[in-house]
Amino acid sequence: MKITHHISDELLFDYANGALEEGWSIAVATHLALCPSCRKRLATMEAAGGMALEAIEIEPANTSTEEFSWEAMRARIDNAAPAVPVPARPKHTAGRAASLPEPLRSYIGGDVDAVKWKPLGLGAYHYPIKTSDEDISVRLLRIPAGKPVPEHTHGGRELTLVLKGSFSDISGRFGPGDFEETDESVDHQPIADPGEDCICLAVTDAPLKFKSRIVRMIQPLLGI
Amino acid sequence: MISARGRVRKLEKTVKEPDKDELSACLLAVGAGKDIQAFEVLFRHFGPKIRAFMLKRGGNRQQAEELMQETMMMIWNKAALFDPARGSVSSWIFTVARNVRIDAFRKTNRPEFDPNDPAFVPDPEPAADDVYEAGQEAERLRGALVKLPPEQADLLRLSFYEEISHSAIAERMNLPLGTVKSRIRLAFSRLRDILGDAA
Ligand SMILES: [Zn+2]
Repeated sequence: MKITHHISDELLFDYANGALEEGWSIAVATHLALCPSCRKRLATMEAAGGMALEAIEIEPANTSTEEFSWEAMRARIDNAAPAVPVPARPKHTAGRAASLPEPLRSYIGGDVDAVKWKPLGLGAYHYPIKTSDEDISVRLLRIPAGKPVPEHTHGGRELTLVLKGSFSDISGRFGPGDFEETDESVDHQPIADPGEDCICLAVTDAPLKFKSRIVRMIQPLLGI
Repeated sequence: MISARGRVRKLEKTVKEPDKDELSACLLAVGAGKDIQAFEVLFRHFGPKIRAFMLKRGGNRQQAEELMQETMMMIWNKAALFDPARGSVSSWIFTVARNVRIDAFRKTNRPEFDPNDPAFVPDPEPAADDVYEAGQEAERLRGALVKLPPEQADLLRLSFYEEISHSAIAERMNLPLGTVKSRIRLAFSRLRDILGDAA
């Protein structure tokens, strides 16, 4: 897999920092599963987080509080059922071919051939993925070869991760593993490349939120 | 009667703060053999820091204590997953604390890649020199962070301590979003340059 489009520093930093919502994080984590170079960048950010933790100012030690705290920790360990031993990270073994990496595969409940596609019209299909956050829309899209992405909204943040096939827009060509990040400042119309249907993961602000944003934008103009 | 704990405490008063190699050895000992004395060293070093970190990220003192205890319990249970060739102890503990917070405040787990997944694309095999380098990265990174321009360092620190996204940081610091993005990019490209030099 030759990946040429990666996660931006600011988005990866939000993920490293624990400040990125679940929906966006699915796209980020799935790209990370495919991309050693972004994982390396993530590790640098987490190391910076570790240093922020080391450098934090703590209150002057209160011996009795610290003793009480350690006492509680000891008790918890003593009372805990013997933990199931965690095996050390086993080496990766190249094995069964799965086309969808984790964490995406678990969200879908199977591989790409298990997806119950729903028609969007014009030969395109989608499969909405449920998350705990209704403000963010997460779904798989299947775009017929040579056709534009339907229902394409231009607003809010939009993350696209190509899983199969490819598409092109003003930012270039996006193949398997490539990650595209756009916002309202980018006017783009992705079109699936000829030859093969394009399957991608698309994460956007949910239509409801998007609509309410438009209403907020035009309200002053209408004088409401 | 002098308890074992009392003795440990007396000892500790005369002993200086453990350095990063000792902390790394302690975490490995917990991972390999559930060594409670090694764990106590980690607890006394990181416990107050994790508590302060949780408090900064919001919530009251009691919640911060509970989240710290939860983080330390996770460290006790998962220490075998720590790999010193991949990063420092503080980096690993930061990720555990971060994830404990996410699990506590969101309804679902944090979406993460799984290195044991057959569809996972593994790292290229590191050269022997790189493994040796990994141990030194933390030191180089520390030096590099100290030398970041203050506006970049402040932004990173605020983001880590307040657990807020770069767009929320822009609002908080009353800066244009583009400025925040470029500070983040400058800061990390600089850190990467420094780490990349010897790689
Ligand atoms: Zn990447």
